[in-house]
Amino acid sequence: MHRFITALLFLFSFQTVAAENQIHETTLANGLKVVVQEDHRSPVVVAQVWYRAGSIDEYNGTTGVAHVLEHMMFKGTRQFPAGQFSRMVAAAGGKENAFTSRDYTVYFQQLEKSKLALSMKLEADRMANLQLTDAEFAKEIQVVMEERRWRTDDKPQALVAEQYMSTALQVHPYGRPVIGWMNDIQNMTGQDARNWYHTWYAPNNATLVVVGDVKPEQVFALANKYYGVLKPHKLPVRKPQVEPEQKGERRITVQAPAKNPYLLMGYIAPTFKGSADWEPYALEILTGVLDGNAASRLNRNLVRRDRSAVEVSAGYDMINRGPSQFEFDATPSEGTSVADLEIAIRGEIETLKNEGVTEEELQRVKAQVIAADVYKRDSMFNQAMEIGQLESTGHSWRDLADYTKRLQTVTPEQVQAVARKYLVDEHLTVAILDPQPIDENAPKKEAPHGRH
Amino acid sequence: MVATKKSFLSIVIFAFITTAAHAGLPIQHWQSTSGAQVYFVENHDLPIVDVSVNFAAGSSQDTLEKVGTAAMTQRLLTLGAGGMTDDEISNKFADLGAVLGGDFDVDRASLKLRTLSSEREKSAALQLLATLLQKPDFPVKVLEREKARTISGLQEDATLPESISNRAFTAALYGSHPYALEDAITPESVAKLTRDDLVAFYQRYYTRNNAVVAIIGDLTRAQAEQLTDQVTEQLPQGQAATALPAVPLPQVAVERRIPHHAAQSHILLGYPGIKRIDPDYFALYVGNYILGGGGFVSRLTEEVREKRGLVYSVYSYFAPLREAGPFQIGLQTKREQTGQALSVVRDTLKKFVTDGPTSKELKAAKDNLTGGFALRLDSNSKVLDYLSVIGFYDLPLTWLDDYVGHVNKVTVAQIKDAFARRIKPDNMVTIIVGNTE
Repeated sequence: MHRFITALLFLFSFQTVAAENQIHETTLANGLKVVVQEDHRSPVVVAQVWYRAGSIDEYNGTTGVAHVLEHMMFKGTRQFPAGQFSRMVAAAGGKENAFTSRDYTVYFQQLEKSKLALSMKLEADRMANLQLTDAEFAKEIQVVMEERRWRTDDKPQALVAEQYMSTALQVHPYGRPVIGWMNDIQNMTGQDARNWYHTWYAPNNATLVVVGDVKPEQVFALANKYYGVLKPHKLPVRKPQVEPEQKGERRITVQAPAKNPYLLMGYIAPTFKGSADWEPYALEILTGVLDGNAASRLNRNLVRRDRSAVEVSAGYDMINRGPSQFEFDATPSEGTSVADLEIAIRGEIETLKNEGVTEEELQRVKAQVIAADVYKRDSMFNQAMEIGQLESTGHSWRDLADYTKRLQTVTPEQVQAVARKYLVDEHLTVAILDPQPIDENAPKKEAPHGRH
Repeated sequence: MVATKKSFLSIVIFAFITTAAHAGLPIQHWQSTSGAQVYFVENHDLPIVDVSVNFAAGSSQDTLEKVGTAAMTQRLLTLGAGGMTDDEISNKFADLGAVLGGDFDVDRASLKLRTLSSEREKSAALQLLATLLQKPDFPVKVLEREKARTISGLQEDATLPESISNRAFTAALYGSHPYALEDAITPESVAKLTRDDLVAFYQRYYTRNNAVVAIIGDLTRAQAEQLTDQVTEQLPQGQAATALPAVPLPQVAVERRIPHHAAQSHILLGYPGIKRIDPDYFALYVGNYILGGGGFVSRLTEEVREKRGLVYSVYSYFAPLREAGPFQIGLQTKREQTGQALSVVRDTLKKFVTDGPTSKELKAAKDNLTGGFALRLDSNSKVLDYLSVIGFYDLPLTWLDDYVGHVNKVTVAQIKDAFARRIKPDNMVTIIVGNTE
């Protein structure tokens, strides 16, 4: 393997590094980073193109444009007109999809391994040559509005989540929904989408991740052939838009037709900055102690013992470009008020801060982490996702290798320390669903219309 | 918090879990001394063992009087066994890094286990699984708690247009057939369930002869044999599950319009579809790919989404079951355009049933279904699900090996003929939740 890499360096001036878990990387002359993980269990391959452009890069008035552009990316180029992309991937036996998040936008194909070149040919073409017409835009923006109605407007808990984020983050773009506010979608134009495309879609703002029954040298050569011809361009400076410090608890109520109330509450939490950081690891373990299995603290005490909740969960994600949250959500059981359930959850948090966690709880979480690290190898797609996510949030896939090991070193004292430091009232936001009677005869009004 | 372009992909995959396999997937099959049927693939690529134990104990084995018993029985299997409490069970699996799961549908109830193959973890996890399956306690207190949680969920579902439309669809499509029992559960019926109901159901349906065990992973044939005995030999003895009647075909169109305040109307259309073993299986399956199963390249998506921008998602699928599972078309659209979307869907279906696909469409469908065959078996968890389906429905062991050949043999005439005989656009069940004007 090492010998081969030397050869590649010579041929393409690639900066290539081999790693123990069969991950290989290179960066093309135009700035496109290519990461390959070998997995020879089946004759298939997954290819994902990650653009470092998500809703975090949007501004007010055009929220949702990252996601709208994702839709428009299927609308054709001069070489492959609208519909051709999907038809060619389908004819090759492939599956394809795309998704937009706060931090990035991702396009992928899953194919029989010999079809990898097709994926690259099509993706490289639409990286530079998208024909984004107003006629196609006018149709597709209607589809996006339907998506918003389906995903958020008609789902009371999704509305709560949207309002929660916009309350917790009042300045930072994470406060705005990925799908965008309806009024912004209604007023979006083809030019808004074209601007987004020309600003962010470039090889030097992308990472290609390939996992499957492939040899890295073949993948690098194909990538150089198809993507290597694309020109990089200068990317705008990304403004940090840092959220001012929260100075006190924030509360919001969402009224929507529903049967059960719902509670979503969370604290500002640190984001993983680099391997010297230990706090994010301790917070991951803390999540496991609270919600790692059905007998972890929250479910055991609130659902099974007290029967005050029918569902309860805790969540924290340390990998983000922006600020992280440590969140709790719960549905009270019949006879329990949402206020009482909030008191019960805050009681669990106080217990954690005062008494810490047991060695037994810690070992249990660690055993699950070790096993999960093995189980994830059964999915090529998820392995590619992990690599792409790290690479697109300012980190390296190398942080993966470290992850499980680092979690094993967390101590009970560290878990208690992060609970005390971060689960504090002045950094808390609470959002509550206040269920309204369902009146079948009163159609819900949409937000005031702009263009449409 | 991720927005995807193609929400319906997962639905499509789910509906056709039925499909394909790797030429030459080496499935070993035997009957254990306990009477259970075993389907095993030995694979040492990863240090993992996956096991699924399946019973003909789905919701179609319920009675109207005690509807909900089947689902609650499966749920309580993991919440008290051999004197262990629910918390003890959860913690023991977690300590081993093992993951317990299960599936439940109208035909089938199962428990699934994923464990590391290292000896300590594997043997302890399998011992736990054996206890859950063979020594369930059905604790009364846990039952009361789970009843309350189920009722809460049903009450919430009764407010959500998606759930409302699904329930109405099942009721209208299946009438008094046992496949309607899945959605006949109410808060009142759940409140009536007793421990005795669960014990009786367990004794009747979780029997040795009803058990189908699927195994894949890092173990030998001898270890798989031992495993199977361990998890089945102390199951109750009993008869085969009750045979299901054939699904009656609707003789007239049924249309239900249920008012709802939501911004979108939820629309479902359907008709009784195919059986797991069915002479028209491949003709209908390939045909449906063209009609509404093929994601962005399907006719429904082209007409309703791409040309007119009326929906985010529109799909059709056949869900093959022991008896005729549903053929379903689904979509959601802004309430003001309910009528327009519905008529485009109806026209598209009618045209497809009347004229059949073009030969170009058929070629594209075959290219996708055969060319992507390897993707269907690219993980142990996918193979495990195929093993369960093959075993549970008694499909030929070569079913996966034969898949590509079957798909390739389908003709335009066969698709046209099969759709004309099996799907009646004028007698469809139609459910509209939302705008009813």
